This record gives sequence, C-alpha cells and structure tokens, in this order.
Amino acid sequence: MTGKRSRLFSAYGWFVLVFLYLPIIVLMLYSFNQSRINAVWTGFTWKWYLSLLENRHAMEALANSLTIAAWSSLLATLLGTLAALALHRYAAGVKAVLNGLIYLPIIIPDILMGLSLLVLFSQIGMSLGKLTMIAAHVTFGISFVVVIISARLAGMGNELEEAAQDLGASPWQTFRHVTLPVIAPGVVASLLLTFTMSLDDFVISFFVAGPNSTTLPLYIYGLVKRGVSPEVNALSTLMIAVTILLLVAAEVFRRKGMEKEPGNSLIM
Amino acid sequence: MKTIIQLHEVEKQFGQQTVIPPLSLAIAEGEFLTLLGPSGCGKTTLLRMIAGFEQPTSGEILLDGQPISQVPPYKRDMNMVFQHYALFPHMTVEENILFGLKMKKVPAAEQQHRLEEVLQLTRLGELRRRMPRQLSGGQQQRVAIARAIINNPKVLLLDEPLGALDYQLRKNLQLELKNLQKNLGITFIYVTHDQEEAMAMSDRIAVMNRGVIEQLGTPQEIYLRPKSLFVATFIGENNLFRHRDAILAVRPEKVKVYKMASGGEQPRRTGRIADIVFLGSLRKIFIQLEAEETTVLAHENGDADPVWQIGERVGLGWAAEDEVTLPC
Amino acid sequence: MLSRTRWLSVPALLWLAFFFLIPLLLVIALSFLERGTYGQVVYAFTLNNYSRIADPLYGEVLLETLAVSLLTTFLTLLIGYPLAYHIARLERGWQHTWLLLVMMPFWINFLVRSYAWVVILRSQGVINTLLLSLGLIDQPLSLLYNSAAVLLGMVYALLPFMVLPVYVSLEQLDRRKLEAAYDLGASPWRAFWHITLPLTKSGVVTGSILVFVSSIGMFVVPDVMGGAKSALIGNVIQNQFLSARDWPFGSALSIVLMLLSVMLIFLYFRAIRVQEREGREER
Repeated sequence: MTGKRSRLFSAYGWFVLVFLYLPIIVLMLYSFNQSRINAVWTGFTWKWYLSLLENRHAMEALANSLTIAAWSSLLATLLGTLAALALHRYAAGVKAVLNGLIYLPIIIPDILMGLSLLVLFSQIGMSLGKLTMIAAHVTFGISFVVVIISARLAGMGNELEEAAQDLGASPWQTFRHVTLPVIAPGVVASLLLTFTMSLDDFVISFFVAGPNSTTLPLYIYGLVKRGVSPEVNALSTLMIAVTILLLVAAEVFRRKGMEKEPGNSLIM
Repeated sequence: MKTIIQLHEVEKQFGQQTVIPPLSLAIAEGEFLTLLGPSGCGKTTLLRMIAGFEQPTSGEILLDGQPISQVPPYKRDMNMVFQHYALFPHMTVEENILFGLKMKKVPAAEQQHRLEEVLQLTRLGELRRRMPRQLSGGQQQRVAIARAIINNPKVLLLDEPLGALDYQLRKNLQLELKNLQKNLGITFIYVTHDQEEAMAMSDRIAVMNRGVIEQLGTPQEIYLRPKSLFVATFIGENNLFRHRDAILAVRPEKVKVYKMASGGEQPRRTGRIADIVFLGSLRKIFIQLEAEETTVLAHENGDADPVWQIGERVGLGWAAEDEVTLPC
Repeated sequence: MLSRTRWLSVPALLWLAFFFLIPLLLVIALSFLERGTYGQVVYAFTLNNYSRIADPLYGEVLLETLAVSLLTTFLTLLIGYPLAYHIARLERGWQHTWLLLVMMPFWINFLVRSYAWVVILRSQGVINTLLLSLGLIDQPLSLLYNSAAVLLGMVYALLPFMVLPVYVSLEQLDRRKLEAAYDLGASPWRAFWHITLPLTKSGVVTGSILVFVSSIGMFVVPDVMGGAKSALIGNVIQNQFLSARDWPFGSALSIVLMLLSVMLIFLYFRAIRVQEREGREER
C-alpha cells in the first residue's frame, strides 16, 4: 500500500470520528453558554447547572433514576449471575434452547419489549410506577449479565474448579474460594453496565413509567418536546458524562485478571 | 509388592460410544506407571476416572483395597497435576500451594512446616509471593506439582504435565520428576503421548490404543518385545516384513547392510540403496527391496566412514533373536 | 454438584418467561381482538386490525419506514465500510482505541444524541446562526423536521452497528490471500472487489441486518428530528398505545414489525451458518 492511500484512509477515519463526536461536543459546549435563546456564544457560565440543582422536577427525576437503576442492576446481576453459573454446567443441547430465551431480549427491538410489558402490566392490573420500571429494566439487564458472566466462566474453563476439588475443596468451598473470586470482576462489570443501561433507557421506560416514576431521560424528553433550552443541554451533558464514566469503570473491571485474552470489549 | 490402585473391569461410555471397553489394571505402590498412547486413545479418560472427575459406566476402582467409585474427587486421597497446571490466578504461589491443607483445615503450624519443606523440594522459595501469571511455564509446572504433593497423597496423577513446555525444558524436567518420585516414594500415574518421555521415566508403561491396553511392561519389554503391531510401530522405528501368516519386526539398529560382492553370509533380503540421511550420532540408510514393495531402514554409526552409493545393490541381514514375530 | 447447581438458572428463566415471553404472547393475542368505543379491549376475535394495515394511510407509513430503513442501511454501509477498513489496517493497539472511540457514542442514549442534532440544525441553531452571521443566507434554512433530517439522525445513531461487524470480518481476513492476489497481478481496486469484499460478506450482512432491524423499530429519532409527515411505523405504534388508545391495532402493527425482525434475524443466522461452513471448508 502506498503512503498516499494510507493518509487518505486516515483522513477519512478522522472525518467520521468528528461526525460522531461533533454534535455531542457542541451540545456539551452550549450547556456553558450564557445566552438562553440563540446559538451565539455570549460567555461561560455554570448557572444552568446551578439552576438544575434548584429544579424540583429535575432532582426528583434524578432520585427516581438512581433508585430504579440501583434496584434493577442489583436484581439483574443477581439473577443473571446465578443463571450463568447454572448454564455453565448444562449439556450443549439444553444450553442452546435456554440461551435462545436468554439472548432473545437483546435482539428484539426495544419498542416491542416496552409495549408488551405495558400490555402485561395492564392485564395483571399492576399500576405503572417505580416497580414496573424496575421489573422492565431487570428484564433487559439479565441477558447482558449472562453474556458477561458466561464469557468469564468460559474463559475460566473446568480445570480450576476440578483442581480445587482435587485438592479437597467441597463444592461450596470450590465456589467460595475459586469460582466466585475468578468471576468477581465480571460481577462488578455487570452491576456497572446494567446500572448504566437503566439510567440511560428511554424507549422501554417511556411505555412503563407512571406519573411518580419519571426518570431523567423521560424528563429530558418532556423538555426536548418543548424545544431547545440550556437546562436540557446541562442535563444531557451530565448524562453523557456519567454514562462514559460508568462504562469506562465497567470495562476496567471486566478486563481485570483477563490480561491474556481480554476478548471483545463489552461496550462493543 | 502391594497394590495401591486396582481397576476392575472398568468401562466407560459417552452416550452410545464406548471409549473404554472393560479394562483391568493393577498399579503397585511406589511405582511410576505411564499410560502411553495417541490422542483419543482413552488414557486421559482413564486418569480422570481414577481422579473421580468421570464416573465409570461399570466396574470398580479400588484405592488401597477400598472401592472409591462413589467417593467424590475431593474426598479421594490422591492429587492431580493438570495439563495446563490450573493454578488459581487470584492467589500467590504460596496460597496456591497451601490451598489443599487449608481446605482440609490442617493446623496452621503444620501448614507452615510442610510449606517450607515443599518449597525447598521444588526450589520455589524465592517465588512464593509471586502471582501465577508472573511465572514462566516451567515455574508454573513446579507450583502445580508442589500444590499436589504437599497433601502427601497416596497417588499422584499427572496429565501430560510437560506437554506445554519446549523441548529442552521438557528433557530437564523429565529427570527432575523421576528423581522427585524416587525421593518421595509416591505412586505416579503419568499420562503422555510422548514415547521418549515414557521410556525415560517409567517403571512400567501401559501402551493404550482405542481404549484398550495393548501391552503392559517395562520400557525394555515394550521396546524389545512388542506384543502387537500397534506397539511395534508406535514405539520407536521398526521394519516390518511379511513372513507366511505373520509379520516380522526388526529394529533399524539391528539390520546389517552387506556389500553384495563380499559373498560371505547369505543375505535375508536384497535391495538397492534409496537414500542416506546423516543425523550426527547415526546415519539412516533407506534400502528399496527388490522382491517386495518395501523400504527398509537401517541405522549405522554416524562416525563410520560413508561407504554406500545411492543405487548400489546390497544385502540385508539380522540375527534371529532380534526379530519379533507379531500376529497379523 | 452438577444437578444441584442447575436450579440456579430457574429464577432468571422464570423471570424472562413472565416478563418477556408472556408479554409477547399477550401482544399476539391482543392483535386479534377488537377495540371498544372508549379504547378498552373487547374480547372478540377479529382480523380487522391486520386488514387495516393495508389502508393506504398506514401502507404509506410502512413503505416510508422500509425506504428510510433501507437507505439508512445503505448509507451506514457506505460510510462504515471504509472506516472499518481503515481501523483494520492500523496497529493492534490503535485498533482497540479507535473501536472504543467509535462505539462510545453508541452508549449515549438516542434521545440525547438526536437532541444534539436539534441544537445544531434548528432555525436558531449553530449552522443557521453561523451562515446568517457570515451573510451567506438572509433567511434561516429549514434543516430540521423533514425526512432528510430523520435519515441523518438514523445514520448517525446506527453507524457503530455497521462498523463493528465489518471490522471483525476484515480483521479475520487472511492477509495472505490479498498478498496472493497482488502477487498474481491484481490492482488494489480489483483485489478489493474480487477478494476483500466477498470474504467480508458475513460482516456486511451482519451489520446490515443489525442496522435494518434497529431502523424499522426506531421511534426516538423521527420523534425528535422528524416533522409530522416523517412519522415511521414506530411512531404510529407508540401513538396507538399512548395516545389513540387502540391497543389491538398497535399490537397488530407490532406483530408485523416483529415478523419483519424475526425474518431478518433468521436470514442472518442462515448467512452466518453458510459463512461458517465455507470457513470450515477452507481449513
């Protein structure tokens, strides 16, 4: 390959990256702009962030988001980890069927999952609120947890557990001293990832949220429908920052102790 | 000699497939027994049944006279060195070695005492605080052995423990392992597909093929008096000749090559030199037979003067006691 | 140990059965029921919901959705393939960094990312303000709330879905085959057309299906960036459930959406299997 072609591809790559990041960066920049109405830069300010702190609705949405994300990530990680541990031991045939059920929620369009949950909740007479939100977020979180933990277990293989048993560890001791420590970083990564996904989810929440369970994305949606405002810019900027921080943390934990074969990054 | 492990009509099937047809074997206390065979011959399955990771479909395994088929692996008084070592990645060398004693709740003072002993024996003292990923392959292998022998098992099972190491290191560790076994007096059951390794270390070798033990004997017996065609060809190089209803096997180093002109002994076969390969300590001579579609291999000392020409007509001979008659 | 740990998967499986499978079955059932005058569900069997989809009004939305989705897929492929190609040619360490950079925006939710475009494209937005102040225009351009804006938003949102699988297939590509092609005198362009492209077919197929399936179910982007006329099937479904309160009809539309998705996912798995078989034969 000639150097000229290489440079051409390189330039193209950077161009697409700019396309991907420019809107986000512009949005973040304008959250610090003094002017309320137009796009002219009139000076740096923190005031939109400060006014968010005094905005009762925004704070309520934040509290709801955190509560829902905390509970749903805990539950999804617990259920998903247990399932992955059990699936690790099934024979290939049964495994394929169960994997089908577990991975389907990942490929099905969000809107379908959202509306079908709405139908379920209305059929069983469950009023929409924080509980229905948590249930919904657990449902899409479980699959991702199983994917992460299963990868970890597959990387571990059977030999470590066999070695522990061979050295006199009972099944419980084997789990406690070998299996659990080896998958622990994966469990932390799952917690962080499902927390992020819950915090970020809009489509499914849109269908199953009640009047007292408005989360940040839902609150932002309400504001966006009314038009552009610096408060939305500030709120969006915060969401972006938190998402990226959580993702980086999750990735760090996922790779821990997998130096040799980190495999595919979980955010990919 | 006392029998430590007795396999009685042990059979293993995976689904419909019989991996090991009923097989019996007695292993003496303190011996170094190798299960040797190509991959897929059932040697690892046999070892895993002894360790307790696989259940025999039928038959019984006795350890020190006690049936152990129903005993889970963590209650069997033997330990295994795994093919890829299976060191616990989140524990230091020391923690790895102490794992077995901790699980069995051995008093702390005795744990320390035995640890020091084993660290010295395996020369791991300086590496005790390292994590497994900071060790070389050979060091990891020593940790795997230390972790097993600290438990004073009655039997040590080794599943191709040198398979992942390079040639030179393997050679050195073969001797180390053999010495370790002599010093400890523990029974070793060693699985490998490497015949050289088996010959160098074992008291007895069980040559396995398709789940069946084809021959059980000392390295000398296996090499000099193979009982089946498989053993004759799997171990070392061999020349095979058809002789009425049987097959004759003659090792290359036993074949003598004569000049036809010398007219001394009556040659057993005649042929032409097809190729000569110089390998340092020996020279391999390939002779294309005249009467059969066979190429015979003969070894000659490497320092002998090269006297053969390619295409030259020669006679072949060997002593009657050097030929082994095999069933077809 | 084996049999005792198996029950650990039961809670998760029950959860998914109750909150995932049963709801989908309910939607299927609902799509065959009638809607009462006040938006309630009447338990009487009907096929009306499905025949209504043929109504030109909805037929048009369906066609528009398919058109936008196809265009989105085509454009993400056009933009994404060269990007993946560029990444696959970098050194190992850099490949990872670039992939992370490309995938990161994907995790920021579509709502915020679509809104970012609103900030840029609206009449008092960044572009219009810039052009006005430069004196290039004297009336703000209407860049937002049309089909083009929706298309832009969709391509922007789904581009990472295309880049990743194409990159994976490029990365697995055996470079020796390319070198053989050069050795046999193929020009770079011919080598690409006859060797690289056919060998990365699986990545292209995977990426296309991921993008297409995500496009046909999309409702955030058209909701935020599109006008009243650029509604897609996702918006109509959302509307049936949350405003019009015609759940049976909304369900029928969703079933059509689901069938389209399932069909594509099925095609996808078939393509993957073919690819695997070819891979084995090569070895």
